[in-house]
Amino acid sequence: MTVEIISWATVGLLLATTVGLLLARDWRWSLGLLALQYLGMFWMVRLHWPIAMAAVKLVTGWMAAAALGITRVGLKSEPDTASEQSWPEGRLFRVLAAILVLVTILPSVPHVALIFPGIGLPEVAGALLLIGMGLLHLGMTVQPLRITIGLLTVLAGFETLYAAVETSILVAALLAVVNLGLALVGSYLLVAAPEEMEGMGENG
Amino acid sequence: MSAPIIWILLPLGLSLLVWLPRRGHITAMLGGLSALALSGAAWLIPVDTALRIGPWSLKIAASVQILGRRILISPADQPMLTMIYGLAALWFFGAHAAGLARRLVPLGMAITALLVGSLAVEPFLYAALLIEMAVLLAIPLLSPPNQKPGRGVVRFLIYQTLGMPFILFSGWLLAGVEASPGDLALAVQSATLLGLGFAFLLAIFPLYTWIPLLTEESSPYAVGFILWILPTITLLFGTGFLDRYSWLRESPQMLSILRSAGLLMITTGGLWAAFQRHLGRMMGYAAITGVGFALLALSLEPEYGLAAFFLLIIPRAIGLAIWALSLSVLTMHGESLRFRTMLGKMQAYPVASTGIILAHLSATGLPLLAGFPAFFVIWEGLARQSIGAAIWLGLGLAGLFTGAVRTLAVLVMSSENTPWEWRETWLQDTLIGLGVIVLFMYGLFPQWLQPLLVNLPAAFEHLGQ
Repeated sequence: MTVEIISWATVGLLLATTVGLLLARDWRWSLGLLALQYLGMFWMVRLHWPIAMAAVKLVTGWMAAAALGITRVGLKSEPDTASEQSWPEGRLFRVLAAILVLVTILPSVPHVALIFPGIGLPEVAGALLLIGMGLLHLGMTVQPLRITIGLLTVLAGFETLYAAVETSILVAALLAVVNLGLALVGSYLLVAAPEEMEGMGENG
Repeated sequence: MSAPIIWILLPLGLSLLVWLPRRGHITAMLGGLSALALSGAAWLIPVDTALRIGPWSLKIAASVQILGRRILISPADQPMLTMIYGLAALWFFGAHAAGLARRLVPLGMAITALLVGSLAVEPFLYAALLIEMAVLLAIPLLSPPNQKPGRGVVRFLIYQTLGMPFILFSGWLLAGVEASPGDLALAVQSATLLGLGFAFLLAIFPLYTWIPLLTEESSPYAVGFILWILPTITLLFGTGFLDRYSWLRESPQMLSILRSAGLLMITTGGLWAAFQRHLGRMMGYAAITGVGFALLALSLEPEYGLAAFFLLIIPRAIGLAIWALSLSVLTMHGESLRFRTMLGKMQAYPVASTGIILAHLSATGLPLLAGFPAFFVIWEGLARQSIGAAIWLGLGLAGLFTGAVRTLAVLVMSSENTPWEWRETWLQDTLIGLGVIVLFMYGLFPQWLQPLLVNLPAAFEHLGQ
């Protein structure tokens, strides 16, 4: 019972972080929320994997966030807030889009839970939330940092579901490499982009 | 010593080594020779068989264990390795002439090694993870450090990354289908996920929007390499799925889906190509039709289709290499690839222009050129199944051919009294010239590669019988 309560609380945390990622304009907030997101994911994966293996996901996610943060901190430009006021790119639009994703996801949770044996509703809800919000994030930007965060979010959702069915060490290792590689590619694209494009407020 | 160490770990190590030389021509030569040596080794050295060299006996093991999983390169895979590394050598040798050796050769070598690893890993569905790693390595190749990443690179990264979860999930579901073959719902779910995964990885209509964007914003040679190696290995990986699961292989719906997807890619790719005004985008659409042809080949009867599928791989690679190199020659001289700036460029770049035209015509399956034998086989096989489908294929090829005629018209449309120049270097002329000769030789004498092609289907236990 306690585990279930914590799991549903984790779903709440994931909802807050994913919506926060959509709304955040400052890259520091975005990366902080991403790191928090991996904490939630760690709990979900922990329900199916030994703690040592689940910790790999947490450490990898934090390393990815750190790599992006270190790169971003070296760049000069300040966040662009000009587009915040304009609709439909503004916060209201994003909140409405997030609600739409939530409304789409919630009814499908019990159906998806039937496909994966031994998985609970909170894990499915959390995973689908990450996937849905990550895809929404990807659809709203062409900015390298946001794209990387969106892809990492989608992968986090997928890994939460996949952890329930696959416990191979090789897969865990390869997925960790993919996550870190994605963060490095994101860092590379950030550095490659000219300075004026680096503001987190760019909506694509 | 084991085969995965020779053909996966060694090239990964070599990719670091070829990074060291500061001169492009040395990098290109080292990379090309290394890939050629790996190709030759795959052709000559038997795996899993004792080899006597004087007083010593040497046996190369077929597999190696990593973290509890097996990476296996069986003797049946060797012709495939010969082909992959041989074609990679072709790209590496041309990299210096395209002005891209220091980026393409090290990254290309690592990408090739990872993709070979994706074909060798067991359970084979883990290949999706190695393909994703290769995609990540492709990003610095497609987007140089001093250039703002364009929409094409970003879309490429997103679409290829989204493909991986679908493949992994479908692999897990397919294991369930194997255990209970009567469960139709499970079969439909797994096939749907598999289809979505491959649609992303192979950039099947309408998910190929990144290809024309990428050909416009990145180096043509880098894009050409990626458009050759990624679809080729993904198609081989997909053929592995068909080979492994009999219900998938024997399903008439699956063959119908493959045929429809292939036709859609050829028709849309060909028709879009007819209206392009950018030489790079034209190559991108031709690459899309190439993947369409490969899908069509797989949809034909196995004993016929698999041979056509393998017959297609080499001319597609050679054609793309010549096309990409020729376009790179133009961009290296600061030329934009738009039609309005390409008017009459035949007189300034005669060899590169000839390369572009002939590679394009080969991609349309024109007789005497390398693409013709495979296209003829596939078209004939398709016509046996459905005349309507064959007409759609013809429509796509007509579109692609129209694109070639328009390109030719633009390149030769110079004003009167324009003097002939020769702006290409001797290396560029030699490589493009050799490539053009190979295009004709392959078109006229496709049987010369029969010793290699005949053994390729053996890598697929069931389909290759």
